[in-house]
Amino acid sequence: MTTAREQRAAIPGPLTRARASRGPQRTLLAQDRRLGLWLVAPAVIVLLAITAYPLAYNLWNSFHHVDYLAPPIGGFAGVSNYANLFTDHQFLPAFAHTAGFTVVSVAVETLVGLAIALALNKPFRGRGVVRAAVFIPWAVPTVVSAELWKTMFDPQQGFVNYLLTELHLPLASTTWLDGTWTAWIALLIADAWRNTPFVAIVLLGGLQVIPRDIYEAAKLDGASAWQTFRRLTLPLLKPALIVALIFRTLSSFMIFDVVYIMTGGGPGTSTNVLSYLNYQAFLTDFDFGYGGAISVAMIVMALIIAAVYVRTFRIEQTT
Amino acid sequence: MNQLTIAAVRSAGAGRRRRGPGQLTRRTGFFSLLAVFVVASLFPFYWIVITSLKTPAEIAQGTTSLLPGHMTLSNYIDDFTQQDFIRPLINSVIVSVSTTVLTVVLASLAGYALSRTRIRGKPLILGFVLVGAFFPLLAMVGPLFIVYRNLGLLNSYPALIIACLIYTLPLAVWLLTNYFSQIPRELEEAAIVDGTTRVQALRKVIMPVALPGVFTVTILSFILVWNDFTFALSFMQTPDRYTAPLAIVTLGQSQYQTFYNLIDAAVVIISLPIALIVIFAQRRIVSGLTAGALK
Repeated sequence: MTTAREQRAAIPGPLTRARASRGPQRTLLAQDRRLGLWLVAPAVIVLLAITAYPLAYNLWNSFHHVDYLAPPIGGFAGVSNYANLFTDHQFLPAFAHTAGFTVVSVAVETLVGLAIALALNKPFRGRGVVRAAVFIPWAVPTVVSAELWKTMFDPQQGFVNYLLTELHLPLASTTWLDGTWTAWIALLIADAWRNTPFVAIVLLGGLQVIPRDIYEAAKLDGASAWQTFRRLTLPLLKPALIVALIFRTLSSFMIFDVVYIMTGGGPGTSTNVLSYLNYQAFLTDFDFGYGGAISVAMIVMALIIAAVYVRTFRIEQTT
Repeated sequence: MNQLTIAAVRSAGAGRRRRGPGQLTRRTGFFSLLAVFVVASLFPFYWIVITSLKTPAEIAQGTTSLLPGHMTLSNYIDDFTQQDFIRPLINSVIVSVSTTVLTVVLASLAGYALSRTRIRGKPLILGFVLVGAFFPLLAMVGPLFIVYRNLGLLNSYPALIIACLIYTLPLAVWLLTNYFSQIPRELEEAAIVDGTTRVQALRKVIMPVALPGVFTVTILSFILVWNDFTFALSFMQTPDRYTAPLAIVTLGQSQYQTFYNLIDAAVVIISLPIALIVIFAQRRIVSGLTAGALK
């Protein structure tokens, strides 16, 4: 979209022509640019202050001794904070947990989200109501999804064990959050319940811009439903799919609230994730050097994830 | 292919489909699938609502039925009187509204500049803004904590409001840049040729057309900040400054038991405004999310 606008900008429009009598065009252009700069500056400065500055600060801290519980502060620490990542017996497991959780949750949310989007793309009466109903879990706070599923999985107050008991199924007396695998299942369900609607909404948006005529043509050619989906829908849905995948992968990789509230990284440290480890380093241990190293590691990993997606799908530049 | 043939093919196809033998099962399957999605989304809400209406005696008994029993509002009253849940709610409103106002102002200015002036480095700025949307929240917590501590801002509203801009500002700048770009430049230029100043043109020509975009940004910002837990947990230290989501986590916990009736009543309370917003502004939110995501 910008290319067309840029081209238009190169041609002197009525704006420049109308004012041309007052001075050379170059001054007007400079004025226009200066105005733009002043207007965009506040937002950019705020964003620099809350992203670039913390990044730089973390980087500095990560090479220094900044453990407030073990002064003195500020001495050069070399790469010892980074070395600690590999020796503290928490970081590598937390990384493995986070990576595993990301893969499974994104896969589940994408598949279910795609199914919901395909269903909601069909016209039927009451579609708006169904869409709102399916969409609400995305909008509620993470605290709601966490507390809600904590209630659902509670052995006394929960629905899950009640249902299992009534149906005479095994696991009916499970204390879900006290076991490693069962705690992961609870976390996965809480996360998927809240985030699948996001995938569905983005994919539905992608489906709705696919022209209907293409499907008519495919039908004329005798394509089966599966062929139509595989050869037409999926390729045309690719841009929306990539957006949903990138958003979900990165935010799943940074999962924090639900883990903090539901399991606290437990039982033991078996559901510890990178963000939770980072939180503990900062605000439980007050070790901003080690915390900084974890932060820098997470930012690098996020960049790698984004780069892999961009390379794999060869996203064209849209700006 | 002309319109007529398409229509003919469509109606023939529809007719064939309706008469087909597997059609009834397929329709049943489709609507069962929809029902599964709706129930999966909404049943957990039903469960916390009935839990929030239980008496302490019923809570002590555990789950015995899918239906509510005695139904009492005492948990809600307790939350407001004994648990002092009003203060956190007010804090949440203060922080959400302030952040939203700041977001709308900053993003409107930036969006106007990025779509309406010939500012240099536009792709670079937009790219930088987008990166902000993916920045790990926890990576902000440590450095901001030190800065806030040194400035004496810990446990204050400004600390939380500034941090929360990371949720809203990237999305808002992108959305408003898109909205402003869609307004034909000629509209503004015509106004300027007619002798209005640029500021007047902005107020009388651009703003009215951009208003739906501003509305969408307002709603999304409010939701995103209302939902914050991470930053409130990190920067708010005394219960009188807790926001509602943070207060819920400390609510109804005793050494021996978790009082799910009290927690779930509070969960229902903070979900209500969001549910209402979604029901009444669904279209705007969806268009905002998809536009923000797809452009």
